[in-house]
Amino acid sequence: MIETRGLRKSFRSRAGREKKTVDAVRGVNLQVAEGEIFGFLGPNGAGKTTTLRMLATLIEPDGGEATIAGADLRTDPAEVRRRIGYVAQGGSTWDESTAREELVLHARLYGIAKAEAHRRAARALEAFQLSEYADRKCKTYSGGQRRRVEIALGIIHEPSIVFLDEPTTGLDPQSRAHMWDEIRRLRTEGMTVFITTHYLDEADALCDRIAIMDHGEVVAEGTPAELKREISGDVVLVGLDTATTPQAAQLLDGEPYVNKLETADEGGLRLYVDEGATAIPQILRRLDGSGLTLSSIELHRPSLDDVFLTKTGRSLRES
Amino acid sequence: MKLARDTWLIFQRQIQLLLRNPVWVFVGVFQPVMYLLLFAPLLKPALNAPTQAAAYKVFVPGLLVLLAIFGGLFQGFGLIAELRAGVIERSRVTPVSRLALLLGRSLRDVVSLIVQAVIITLLALLFDLRVFIGDLLLAYLMLALIALMTSAVSYGVALKVKSEDALAPLMNTVAQPVLLLSGILLPLTFAPGWLQGVAEWNPFSWAVDGTRALFAGDLSNDKVWQGLSIIAVLAAAGVVWAARQFARSVR
Repeated sequence: MIETRGLRKSFRSRAGREKKTVDAVRGVNLQVAEGEIFGFLGPNGAGKTTTLRMLATLIEPDGGEATIAGADLRTDPAEVRRRIGYVAQGGSTWDESTAREELVLHARLYGIAKAEAHRRAARALEAFQLSEYADRKCKTYSGGQRRRVEIALGIIHEPSIVFLDEPTTGLDPQSRAHMWDEIRRLRTEGMTVFITTHYLDEADALCDRIAIMDHGEVVAEGTPAELKREISGDVVLVGLDTATTPQAAQLLDGEPYVNKLETADEGGLRLYVDEGATAIPQILRRLDGSGLTLSSIELHRPSLDDVFLTKTGRSLRES
Repeated sequence: MKLARDTWLIFQRQIQLLLRNPVWVFVGVFQPVMYLLLFAPLLKPALNAPTQAAAYKVFVPGLLVLLAIFGGLFQGFGLIAELRAGVIERSRVTPVSRLALLLGRSLRDVVSLIVQAVIITLLALLFDLRVFIGDLLLAYLMLALIALMTSAVSYGVALKVKSEDALAPLMNTVAQPVLLLSGILLPLTFAPGWLQGVAEWNPFSWAVDGTRALFAGDLSNDKVWQGLSIIAVLAAAGVVWAARQFARSVR
């Protein structure tokens, strides 16, 4: 449904007198299949939105190619526009207009005839449970209601793919869960959904496949389960104070059952092991034998954050 | 065809939103009426006009051109609000004509200016101003072209600078010399030679002269077709330039 090869974009920015070129996106290759929810996970500033805006024809790539829903992004952006929907992060509704007016106008901008535009608006209002507020001005809506209007706008012309830029940012937990259901419903209707997010749990729970992006590059791609499996085994978190952490790290670094070891800034170790159940007694024995005391020890299944950490050396939560 | 349809859609929406907030009618008419009531009475003695009606024939066309220039130049503010709300970006992901995004908005500005102009003309009639209807319609055409140009330029600049803080001083800086060098408030016949020479280069000065000639019933005056042609060419250039700003990537 989407295929990109080496998509690039850099911006020129001016910091003081110095002109700098920022490579926002440096060669992104992606494959998104029909009917899946594809997630773009990464910290703020990783280049997610820039990539999305390129795919949605809003900014021109500096290099690379992309085919979106069968249309070529570089040579036929007009056709791409007809086949995709795009919902921006910062909102797209006008305070003084009503949801119905916005939906009808937006449908008509896609060339849909007046009567049909009204029918579709009514259907969308129904589907997104907005009928009750349909004729009130957008400025009276709650954050969750407004976001639902915006998603309805993005799919009013029944595109084969819809791009949602951080669809749940700024929503309360309940609206967020509601939004997840809406997004899953789009998939059930046969739409391909491409979302960006910086929430790990969202990528994990909602997305069929994800690409992890950092500093303008895709550093990992796959299903959440595949990516977590890539980090074979378990994660053991050892609680230590900052003073004893280096010593413990030295002791455990060479051990055969430790695949990878990382030191946390606030003290303590993060150990990647094949099997937690057999590794923990050995870790305890080793540290205890050298007179080091632990404050805690925890066993974790690897999370997407661990994937991010192993790929980038940073935790997504920190960045 | 698609351009006409898209322009109509945008225009319709803009007019609908304008009518929803009828305060603009009051605001838009209040100021010119104040000029008409409080400034115009000074003109008869100042211009040495034989009658009050003669003074109005000079003053009302200038006032209308002033409204067209200023009304247009400050339309960019509304667009910046739309940019911020994401409405422009939302339009740009659809296949809508980029020219229509501009024309729909500029035509709303032209229509609201003509409504203002009609109200002011009617009021001036009460003060014994008399104009031939044909001449008046041509004068309105001139005003419409001015408003089309200034609002298009304002939209284009708004898309470039993207902030009210930059737009306001920029527009004021442009508008002030344009205003002073066009003989809008007082005819430049009173100006010293050098000032008249500079004003020759101000297209709005030609527009004002042309509009005054029309209000004076002097249709055969060269200033009429000259003013109309100059403004028409500039309006076309302004529209083309601003439409390109809509087509380019803006946030």
